[in-house]
Amino acid sequence: MIAKYKEPAMRLVFLFCACISILAVVLICIFLFVQGFPAMANIGPFKFLFGSTWDPDASKFGILPMIIGSIYVTAGAILFGVPIGLLCATFLAKFCPQPLYRILKPAINLLAGIPSVVYGFFGLVVIVPAMRQFFGGSGKSVLTASLMLGIMILPTIINVSESAIRAVPQSYYEGSLALGATHERSVFHVCLPAAKSGIMAGIILGVGRAMGEALAVSMIAGNQPVIPESIFAGVRTLTANIVLEMGYAEGLHKEALIATAVVLFIFILIINVSFSLAKKKKG
Amino acid sequence: METAINRLTLRNKLRTYKKHPVSLIMFLLTVLAALVTVLVFVALIGYILIKGIPHLSPRLFEWEYNTENVSMMPAIINTLTVTGLSLLIAVPFGVFSAIYLVDYAKRGNQLVSLIRLTTETLAGIPSIVYGLFGYLMFNVTLRMGYSLLSGALTLAIMVLPTIMRTTEEALLAVPDSYREGSFGLGAGRLRTVFRIVLPSAMPGIMSGIILAIGRIVGETAALIYTAGTVTGVATDLFTSGCTLSVHLYVLLSEGFYTNEAYATAVILLILVVMINALSTLVTQKAASKGGTT
Repeated sequence: MIAKYKEPAMRLVFLFCACISILAVVLICIFLFVQGFPAMANIGPFKFLFGSTWDPDASKFGILPMIIGSIYVTAGAILFGVPIGLLCATFLAKFCPQPLYRILKPAINLLAGIPSVVYGFFGLVVIVPAMRQFFGGSGKSVLTASLMLGIMILPTIINVSESAIRAVPQSYYEGSLALGATHERSVFHVCLPAAKSGIMAGIILGVGRAMGEALAVSMIAGNQPVIPESIFAGVRTLTANIVLEMGYAEGLHKEALIATAVVLFIFILIINVSFSLAKKKKG
Repeated sequence: METAINRLTLRNKLRTYKKHPVSLIMFLLTVLAALVTVLVFVALIGYILIKGIPHLSPRLFEWEYNTENVSMMPAIINTLTVTGLSLLIAVPFGVFSAIYLVDYAKRGNQLVSLIRLTTETLAGIPSIVYGLFGYLMFNVTLRMGYSLLSGALTLAIMVLPTIMRTTEEALLAVPDSYREGSFGLGAGRLRTVFRIVLPSAMPGIMSGIILAIGRIVGETAALIYTAGTVTGVATDLFTSGCTLSVHLYVLLSEGFYTNEAYATAVILLILVVMINALSTLVTQKAASKGGTT
């Protein structure tokens, strides 16, 4: 009797479990949007998104400095992380001798696994004092945060790009060699362009990580809620804004922070969509 | 192997580089990038180990936490509890949904593409957004307050895509002939899944679970506003307690206990190294198993 219903029952159980991820996304959207959008409407969408003063005590909630801060810091991370990551991935895939690879690869995997607080800690005790010495000021700046995030996204970019380069058919490389190109020329002019969409996917993944990183950034970026005037000025990102003030915020202030998360969420959604597009092009 | 092609003697190589200086520059640039990466690795690990190991005293592992002795033992216990609890929730859901996607759903099913889309979305959401969501849903709406359960539920949703994706890959790697053989012997779909497919996919699923453990252990942003930052052993699921990573964050933001923070970072690093080694081991096992079949 039970055996007869076991198959269809378990089928339903599996189906239900599979729908959990849909449910999770829906719940996340509902909880953030239900409190975030009314807050935005309350403050005024234009004033909220393009207002340049964030002063909760005076009920001024403009997150433009944070949006710009997030963009600056992410762009900086790309500037540091992408060239080094891409070249390092090329080295691993095409230049690295096997014995060296056996040491390098686990090291990079370890870098990928190190918790972000530990990165933040390292930034706080090593990078910040070094910046203070070289460039003066407090040492907590756009530059510091960019450097730190560039290091944090290195393993992501290296791993994704490396597998993209390895996925390029060997015959491409051989064909280029046969035409008389050197090893380097073949790698950089044939293999890398062929792996372009995979590499793009890696970079976009890195961008998502850099933009979403909260604690490490809040520890080393200075956190002044003003649009930074130079790369040596302190900066506050969208994520840091939430981390710093959520603990004590009340009323509209709290809702404004949730609305900040909504803006961040939308940014990440855009990045995700471009990631899937980049991946689809590869397939 | 690819190195078998175009293998040159050093002399030949030098001659080529002399003729093509741009090639030499490109080669040097890749080596430089790899060196920078290694340097960052050595600086990061070395600095924390050198600064932290001298401060690893037995006192830091005492059961009691107080302002004189910021013991990390309660945080370690909380980390274990939160990890176990999150996995307890996320693993069944993750594995079952992968089973649905691979062995039950029909090809080209609209629902399947929706599930894939939402899973990818979940994978990209930053942990601070998870933290805020967990706070709003579990702490406020479901009235759990700052509690281990709320933290574990939040983390379970966060690691769900990781477990789903790795399990799905592992299930897909099981040859169809296994399933056909099982069906041929008269087994139903359910029996085939649990007796044939899951055991063969076990190493792959394990590596996904280890990956999830790594994420849970390193997570901070999603926990601060869900599980809270209370520094003591959480006696039940509804009390607040901080994990090791959160403990480190709290020590740093208070700013009084730098030495203890170094020691905590060392323990975190050791945990990460152990998790990575375990993951390599399991992956190798999976690869060797794939080789024999």
